[in-house]
Amino acid sequence: MEIIQHLLDGFLIALTPLNLAVVIVGVVVGLFIGAMPGLGSVNGVAILLPMTFLVPPTSAIIFLAALYYGAMYGGAISSIMLGIPGASTAVATTFDGRPMALKGEADKALVGAALASFFGGTLSILLFTGFAPPLASIALDFGDAEIFALMLLAFATFVGLSGDDIPKTIFSICIGLVFSAVGLDIMSGEPRLVFFDVIGFMHGINFLVLAIGIYGIGEMLWTIEITRGESAMSKAVFSLRGILAHLKELLGTWKVATIGSLLGFFVGILPAAGATPGSLMAYGVAKLTSKNPASFGKGEVAGVVAPEAANNAASTGAMLPMLTLGIPGSPTTAILLGGMVIWGMVPGPTLFVDETEFVWGLIASLYVANFFAVLINIFFIPVFLWMLKMPFTVLAPVIFVLSLVGGFAPTQSMHDVWLMLAFGIGGYLMRKLDYPLAPAVLAIVLGPIAEPALRQSLLISNGDFTVFVTRPIAGPITVIALILLFLPLLKLIRDKVKNKKASGSA
Amino acid sequence: MKVTRRIILGCALTLGFGAALSTFVSGTALAWEPKKPVEFVIMAGQGGGADKMARLMQTLIEKNGWASKPLTPINKPGGSGAEALVHLQGKADSDPDHTIMVTLNSFYTTPLRQPGLGIDIATFTPIARMAEDTFLLWVNKDSGIGNMEEFAAAAKAAGKDWVMAGTGKLQEDQLLTDFLNASYGLEMKYVPYKGGGKVAKQLAGNHANSTVNNPSEQEGFFKAGTVVPLAAFTPTRLPLFPDAPTFRELGKDFVYFMQRSVVGAPGMSDDAAAYYQGLFAKVFASPEWQKYRTKKSLQGDLLQGQALKDYWLNEREIHRQMLEKMGAL
Repeated sequence: MEIIQHLLDGFLIALTPLNLAVVIVGVVVGLFIGAMPGLGSVNGVAILLPMTFLVPPTSAIIFLAALYYGAMYGGAISSIMLGIPGASTAVATTFDGRPMALKGEADKALVGAALASFFGGTLSILLFTGFAPPLASIALDFGDAEIFALMLLAFATFVGLSGDDIPKTIFSICIGLVFSAVGLDIMSGEPRLVFFDVIGFMHGINFLVLAIGIYGIGEMLWTIEITRGESAMSKAVFSLRGILAHLKELLGTWKVATIGSLLGFFVGILPAAGATPGSLMAYGVAKLTSKNPASFGKGEVAGVVAPEAANNAASTGAMLPMLTLGIPGSPTTAILLGGMVIWGMVPGPTLFVDETEFVWGLIASLYVANFFAVLINIFFIPVFLWMLKMPFTVLAPVIFVLSLVGGFAPTQSMHDVWLMLAFGIGGYLMRKLDYPLAPAVLAIVLGPIAEPALRQSLLISNGDFTVFVTRPIAGPITVIALILLFLPLLKLIRDKVKNKKASGSA
Repeated sequence: MKVTRRIILGCALTLGFGAALSTFVSGTALAWEPKKPVEFVIMAGQGGGADKMARLMQTLIEKNGWASKPLTPINKPGGSGAEALVHLQGKADSDPDHTIMVTLNSFYTTPLRQPGLGIDIATFTPIARMAEDTFLLWVNKDSGIGNMEEFAAAAKAAGKDWVMAGTGKLQEDQLLTDFLNASYGLEMKYVPYKGGGKVAKQLAGNHANSTVNNPSEQEGFFKAGTVVPLAAFTPTRLPLFPDAPTFRELGKDFVYFMQRSVVGAPGMSDDAAAYYQGLFAKVFASPEWQKYRTKKSLQGDLLQGQALKDYWLNEREIHRQMLEKMGAL
């Protein structure tokens, strides 16, 4: 009852004209920042933080949260339309979103992404509203061993259930892991794999550089090769009837959307994880639970719905430890937390008591932001579709320029741009040789989380690997991960035995 | 008499006016202003203590319209600040006047540990020390430990199984852990994490036994009563934590701070340096900055110019000795 009272008070704050205006502006700005390749919610929030001093703190955080939300919606747009991940969190959306656009189903993908985002966002805010304090304690219970077990699970969903060639998947993961190891090793304090003493490698390889290289440049090269410049234009049209028809099909993905939302939300709560691993895991699980896993990567709408539901759910989830514990769940919330400090608040376990108005105003505004984000997003879909109608000879240079900007924007160094071009060529070659690229992206995202967690756990346990199975939370997660990892091996053995029998009887 | 007085007055007025005019003219002629947006390098990642502080300074400057050209923050956390230092050094020849950096103690330790970078911090342009952050020793309340005596006993009993979580390897937190191990005869195991926030979470979740975090990193959990400060690495007790004695009071003469300073590229012109020094002196004196200092329990007065350079060289020597003692050099 108390929660409902607080929430109603929150809505009174969120629905004041100023805050309402701030939400709408925030969502629109976020949508476009998210849609720009390379720029995501982190950049948007960091760039606009100094501007929020014009309004009171509650409106300021509502604006930034709306921007955060809008960027989560927007990230899907360039992933689907151009095949370049609009934001780090939308990498998984490219896997199936781009093939859908190529098949002429861009409108379905965009509507699916918008609705899934809405679904994931709303479900997670409901969870947030009801269970914020108890969930905060779960975040604290996750130590290094638990984090590592979770990362193992994420890898397992990709290896164990991949319909692709398993050795090639593993090779792709290894490549990604090597790249993720570049830079400072925090456990030894020494720089690692700084190739040719190039100083740019000191900050490691930003995985967006890899993702934009592979999906932007690599994909462009690939498309040019297969179409010889005479690209078949996408024939997607936007009509109300079309949307209604898609709605029916999209309703069938509610299960995937629910799983994606829950997964995204819980992974988002965990400090250090954030929305990108959450959406990748949701994609893996969607593929795992699908009746038709082979269709994934070739334009399966569930492959768009799952990561989009998850990344929006995760962005709400990431705010939970930020508000309840003062620990950011993602890079974006880390900056929001900095904003709260500047506004004169003390983030931490007492915030819910000390700043009731601020906290509940923010929570209520998330409901409002979600509502407007889905409306605005659908409203803009015809504009996005118009982009696709451009012939590929026009689109290719646009993709190329946007990729360069996207590679440069986050760190503002030319080093990353050259690296991105190299990855683009590498990605194109891997694609030609039929290597799956998604696992490499997964590895470069999860590697920097998994590796320190592994070494920290082992340092604490004096090198005893049993911590991953004996601890109450880590244990079950590790066991599931191992089963998923060895599933294909068992399958392989079973098939061999069958073949032998077959050949024996013949 | 009247005439002479008038003449004198007239002369005085002309002189005064002339002097005023000449200062005005020379003032506008000499005052250096940035000609393009100023690169504001942050020697740490987004969301950390240095980053938050840099963005606060940028906000204050922008809000008050103190700079004609904006500061654009760029995070360069690579290699414990090595990337940022090399970047600044690289500006020495091209454009030393439009790059400044927020720095911390890795300003001393990183060039010492990586001599291959060829960085000599004595060549960098001192702009302003904005604060010194403080360190305290923290434990989780569940441990039941209330003072240093109990801490030493418990940590000794646990031996190598006592986990001290800290930020980075061979950086501030590990130097402090090393001091505690040496002066209390302990064997605490140091486990590095990527930032103060993660370290605080390890302690609050009982995954680590103790930390030596800054107050700002541990504040939330302290207010909630989850963690307890045992002692402070400051010369006098901190007003926000009056119950935590200093190590000096406990008979260990040890004081340690984290600098929060602004530094310019090597080879910056004197005029540009004077401009930035004036700018950050304004930030320092602003009520917002002073409030932030009180809230975050920051110490250290404004240091500029040669005084700041002397401070750096002295601190570098102290860190050299500490690292040598640890066998890290």
